Amino acid sequence: MSAILIVEQVLNGLQSGVMLFLMAAGLTLIFGVMGLINLAHGSLYMVGAFAAAAVAGATGSFVLALGAALVAAALAGGIVELVVIRRLYGRDHLDQVLATFALILIFSEGTRWLFGSFPLYLDIPDWLAGPVTLPGGIQYPLYRLALIVVGLVIAAGLGLLISRTRIGIQIRAGENDREMIAALGVDISRLYTLVFALGAGLAGLAGALVGAIQSVQVGMGEPVLISAFVVIVIGGIGSIKGALVGALMVGLTDTLGGIFLPELFKLFTDPAKATATGSAFASMAIYVLMAAVLVWRPTGLFGARA
Amino acid sequence: MSMKTLMTAAALAALAQSAGAEVKVGMITTLSGGGASLGIDTRDGFMLALDKSGRDDIEVIIEDDQRKPDVAVQITDKMIQSEKVDVLTGIVWSNLAMAVVPAATAQGLFYLSTNAAPAQLAGKGCNQNYFAVSYQNDNLHEAAGAYTKEAGYAKPFILAPNYPAGQDSLNGFKRFYDGELAGEIYTELGQTDYAAEIAQIRASGADSVFFFLPGGMGISFLKQYADSGVGLPVVGPAFSFDQAILQAVGEAAVGVSNTSTWSKDLDNPANAAFVAAFQEKYDRLPSIYAAQGYDTANLLVSALEKADVSDADAFRAALAEADFDSVRGKFSFAANHHPIQDIYVREVIKEGDIYTNKITGIAMEDRANAYVDECSM
Repeated sequence: MSAILIVEQVLNGLQSGVMLFLMAAGLTLIFGVMGLINLAHGSLYMVGAFAAAAVAGATGSFVLALGAALVAAALAGGIVELVVIRRLYGRDHLDQVLATFALILIFSEGTRWLFGSFPLYLDIPDWLAGPVTLPGGIQYPLYRLALIVVGLVIAAGLGLLISRTRIGIQIRAGENDREMIAALGVDISRLYTLVFALGAGLAGLAGALVGAIQSVQVGMGEPVLISAFVVIVIGGIGSIKGALVGALMVGLTDTLGGIFLPELFKLFTDPAKATATGSAFASMAIYVLMAAVLVWRPTGLFGARA
Repeated sequence: MSMKTLMTAAALAALAQSAGAEVKVGMITTLSGGGASLGIDTRDGFMLALDKSGRDDIEVIIEDDQRKPDVAVQITDKMIQSEKVDVLTGIVWSNLAMAVVPAATAQGLFYLSTNAAPAQLAGKGCNQNYFAVSYQNDNLHEAAGAYTKEAGYAKPFILAPNYPAGQDSLNGFKRFYDGELAGEIYTELGQTDYAAEIAQIRASGADSVFFFLPGGMGISFLKQYADSGVGLPVVGPAFSFDQAILQAVGEAAVGVSNTSTWSKDLDNPANAAFVAAFQEKYDRLPSIYAAQGYDTANLLVSALEKADVSDADAFRAALAEADFDSVRGKFSFAANHHPIQDIYVREVIKEGDIYTNKITGIAMEDRANAYVDECSM
């Protein structure tokens, strides 16, 4: 195992972490501010990817495609909040899970109805394609480096939005005491729609960014959603900082676990068996991490309340 | 409506139904969710062959299994008990086949497999009423192993998802490739990011890559592999290079060698007629799943010409003769009711705006399967 391989894997872990952050940020804000469990967040990720694939196919521009993903997912999120989610705030979590699960089915079949069952094509633009050579002779895909940069810039922007702007103050206040902020004259329902659309837009953007290197197909959001839930539980519900730290931890654990655990098992058993058991343990690694964090800090790393 | 008229109406309806169709076929396949394109092609190929046969006494009941074993089992029970089907077919995924086939054949029904053919049903668990029209699951991987060896690669890196068909895949590959391996990894089922695996391939000193990653997993892997600049030659089974997903992979797949029992440019009259008719009816190119569905329906029709489905022994013997024009050319059944057929090497090319395959050679001739001797029926 060379140093180059390890550096490359750390970069891979960071890249998957920042993309996970874009998903988890919206999820944690929505849960933190509105107390809503939104299972349909993965569908908004899918909406973003499909919108990007459609626009990229029609115009050939990747930047326009990303814009379209952001707008389409935010719009879909806004509409869903106004039509469905709004009725769920007062209900208990089981009703919310049921309703948002129904939304997953509606989004999935609706997308199939619009685009068909065959996976769509969305590719990296030429100006971001191919590998670059980093100091130390490491070859790394330029697009993945770009994803890391974009993800960190968005994380910084979101941090500023929450800590420095008026809307950020309202969001934080809404997390702490929604009756009080409504009593102070803040239009709480408008705030909710805004937060929901913001979270949806970020998920859509992540879907488009990741869709270019993966496959754009119905149901692509659900596996990511599960990891995103793990992230917000680790980071602490409602905390953007927690989502970032949690996402990076999950990304790195997942990537590095997949490499090192099979190597570790090779010390004890024959290679074929070691790869099988090693990969089985690696797929559990993020859940073990979550359990460990919860034992140490039951509200998550940066969580304020249980 | 009184009870009496209701009963009469029901009896009449039952009569009308039995007069309309003599053979009932239950098709259980995946028509929704991520794997839907495979089931849709299976269904379309199957129905195309029935249309062309001109027989109107075959009724097909089609149900969506949602790629879930429990749903498939429920549908099967319904089809057997209330629809009284004679023949079942259509399942795409091996785990669903394992949930359905043994129970159905134990009740005396015929099952004709359009795709899934796990090792368990080919060896000790074989059944006289179970016919795999597609292949035995290991076949394409065995052919990839044989091709890798023949092409002179000395250090392939091999990977597959960590589930039964993935383990069968790597075992099948190693059955016919006995040289050194640069590495062997099992990935997570449903994994979409392969950056870590690609880094390992780069560091391993491999001279080629073999992978089995069906569906969206293969699309993700190929796009990321192409972008990584690793650039080693890639070999795989047909699943990741099939017409159903090739357009989504795009440029990244061009030049890849893949093993298949069928290709749209296979030179025989049955295939030419099939490809033309499929394109005309559905306005897209057929996939291997469509070809297998088409062959399955033609096998069924050929057996019905010779025997009545109610005479199980005669019908079974008629099926075993495989007296139909397969789109794959040569086709016969081995003793365990799995095909003996040629397995080809194809290369992905771009034809106009469409990505598709062309045949470049034969990987294995008259290949049956590794489990014939374990089966006693």
